[in-house]
Amino acid sequence: MQLPLPPAIAPYFWPVVYGVVLLAVFPLLAGYIVLLERKVMADIQARLGPMRVGPHGLLQPIADAVKLLLKEDIIPEMTDKWVFWVSPIISVVTALVALFLIPMSDLLPVPDLNIGLLFILSLTSVGILGIILGGWSSNSHYPLLGALRSTAQLVSYEVALGFAVVGGLMVAGTLSMQEMVRNQLAQGVWFVFYQPVAFLIYFIAALAETNRVPFDMPEAESEIVAGYHTEYSGFRFALYFLAEYSNIVIVCSIATTLFLGGWLRPFPNVQALDFLNYFPVVALVGLGAFCLLGAAREARMIEKLGMAGLGGAFVVAGLVCLVPAVLTAISGLFWFVLKVCLGIYTFIWIRFTLPRYRYDQLMRIGWQWLIPLAIANVIVTGIVMMLWQ
Amino acid sequence: MATTTPQATFLDANEIVINMGPQHPSTHGVLRVILRLDGEKVLGTECVIGYLHRGVEKIAENRTYVQFAPYVDRMDYVAAVSNGLGYCEAIEKLLNVEAPPRARYVRTILTELNRISSHLLWLGTHALDLGAITPLFYTFREREEILKIFENYCGARLTTHAFRIGGLQYETYDGFEEQVKAFCNYFPPKVDEYEALLTGNRIWLQRTKGVGILKADEAIDMSVTGPVLRASGVKWDLRKAKPYAAYAELDFEIPTGPNGDTFDRYMVRMEEMRQSIRIVRQAVDKIPEGPIMAKVPKIMKPPVGEIYHSIEAPKGELGYYVVSDGSTQPYRVRVRPPCFINLQALDRMCRGHLVADVVAIIGTIDIVLGEVDR
Repeated sequence: MQLPLPPAIAPYFWPVVYGVVLLAVFPLLAGYIVLLERKVMADIQARLGPMRVGPHGLLQPIADAVKLLLKEDIIPEMTDKWVFWVSPIISVVTALVALFLIPMSDLLPVPDLNIGLLFILSLTSVGILGIILGGWSSNSHYPLLGALRSTAQLVSYEVALGFAVVGGLMVAGTLSMQEMVRNQLAQGVWFVFYQPVAFLIYFIAALAETNRVPFDMPEAESEIVAGYHTEYSGFRFALYFLAEYSNIVIVCSIATTLFLGGWLRPFPNVQALDFLNYFPVVALVGLGAFCLLGAAREARMIEKLGMAGLGGAFVVAGLVCLVPAVLTAISGLFWFVLKVCLGIYTFIWIRFTLPRYRYDQLMRIGWQWLIPLAIANVIVTGIVMMLWQ
Repeated sequence: MATTTPQATFLDANEIVINMGPQHPSTHGVLRVILRLDGEKVLGTECVIGYLHRGVEKIAENRTYVQFAPYVDRMDYVAAVSNGLGYCEAIEKLLNVEAPPRARYVRTILTELNRISSHLLWLGTHALDLGAITPLFYTFREREEILKIFENYCGARLTTHAFRIGGLQYETYDGFEEQVKAFCNYFPPKVDEYEALLTGNRIWLQRTKGVGILKADEAIDMSVTGPVLRASGVKWDLRKAKPYAAYAELDFEIPTGPNGDTFDRYMVRMEEMRQSIRIVRQAVDKIPEGPIMAKVPKIMKPPVGEIYHSIEAPKGELGYYVVSDGSTQPYRVRVRPPCFINLQALDRMCRGHLVADVVAIIGTIDIVLGEVDR
């Protein structure tokens, strides 16, 4: 869309708008990822999960956010105050900036950096600094142990993650996030089929990078209380929480972009599968129908109305997508979000199935298995590519 | 992993002393453990107990024999039925009465169900300590079924006070046998389910195998009892060694483990749950008809003397040493709590391991602080 803007500002206008919108919307979305996690967890554990706030607990994230914001702001006496204050901000700012650089759709005004992926990975590395500093400045034993564990874990797994990404990059031939997806469209295949090993290593290393089970040592509740954020509460804790969930979205987004074809639908070049283009419509209408059916089972009238309203909104949104222009606009975002959600679902599923590794075992897996395997993958990929040409 | 017992830090690094508990998520109550650490390696531990001390033994001296019975439920509150059984049988021995056969069978059934519920609680929390959150909910789901049986029988779920000196207060309710049998059919597949989640899991194996090894001779030296002892390869179970209640007439096996590590203790308890089901099945089929209460005087005045009676509680040997001076109140009641004595092995098991293992080892001893502190 062209606006009458001076040429000095014009290239920045839409990216800035997008950034502001993302900044405003994402914390809420992160809240809903938490709700998703709690609901999936409840399902796995044979219970219901949040049910009180809104129909099926749909307003729970808002209640949680309000609670965290209204909490007393505590900075313990013995902390290094300035560092204590700044470290959650480091974590959250880097995470949000990285999130801003991820092209969720080719139509979004995301800056196309020629070092895109490298820049995003560097940002997440800087985000680790927030964890280390937070644990250190708390001046308390458990956070210190948590920060130590994070340092060792994140530094070692970053190597494996980096090498896994290199495998994908060799096939992609570019560091720009947008180019990667376009190359997958041009080659007509998702890179996960060329690089299954790299994808697996990336996924495991990503679990470790985001401190998720079975690699959640830095915040292993039963061992070191809450790890690096033991002393944090209220809003600062919320910032760490936000950073953590942003990081999950980021690693899933990188996996989606590099290995799973970004905003492309499955098999984008196969004409016979063109009907998949209408999948967003089917999905939205189906979701709406599911909500409408659920509304009938609600006990309280207000929840009936809430569920019915939600279902109606989904159905209407699905039907609006039948307009070709809207469908083209929405489909990229839809596929991207769907893939990321599947990634997040897998993260949650793993979290509630597996026990936790011990710290030394984690290190052994990282250095003895993942890193050699990732390097071997890079070498084999290189040889195959040389022979192919 | 080698079970060395390091005495000094690596490269003269600073040793840090951290305090784990009494408000720590995985000390199973209010246990406080002071850890000497080199980085994350444990150089030594010291247990501080007493945060839940209620002077149960002293209270006994100021209550009549009957009045004290509900107090024993509050010691190991996850195995209240076992505690009650031990106490009632000790006083029966002192009074020289014997519970009628029907009472003995009902006691056996309820005690074994209680053993399962205690082991279920242990399994859930132990898995939780090792980072597996989900098994806890599954074990509580099954434990609920047992608690329902208790509730139907005596009205209480946790601190049941199910037995009386001389037998039972209540006859079994209508449908008791059916409900117990239904549970016996329902439960074994669930044990397989837990095993599917944990036993074959590589992470679980790595976290438990070779961790916290306690050799048989060490275990005997520290008078450790129960599953912890049996996992070290010592086939010692009071239900077989000195049968009480109806155990002499029932057929079951004592599972033992080869290595005495955390994994063996886990396997022993899993197998014990299956054996308990086996016992319950037989006992339900064999419940004789007849009275449920022996002839016990209204005012109990046991003859002057002393008695030590012990039973195999879910956690180990639970003994009651009762001294009577011929009055209505015991002169002294001393409880031999299994958890308190098993807890002694903690330091031996923890040395040389990492902080994460301390959590696993505390979990594997299966302590209940109500009983440790009394």
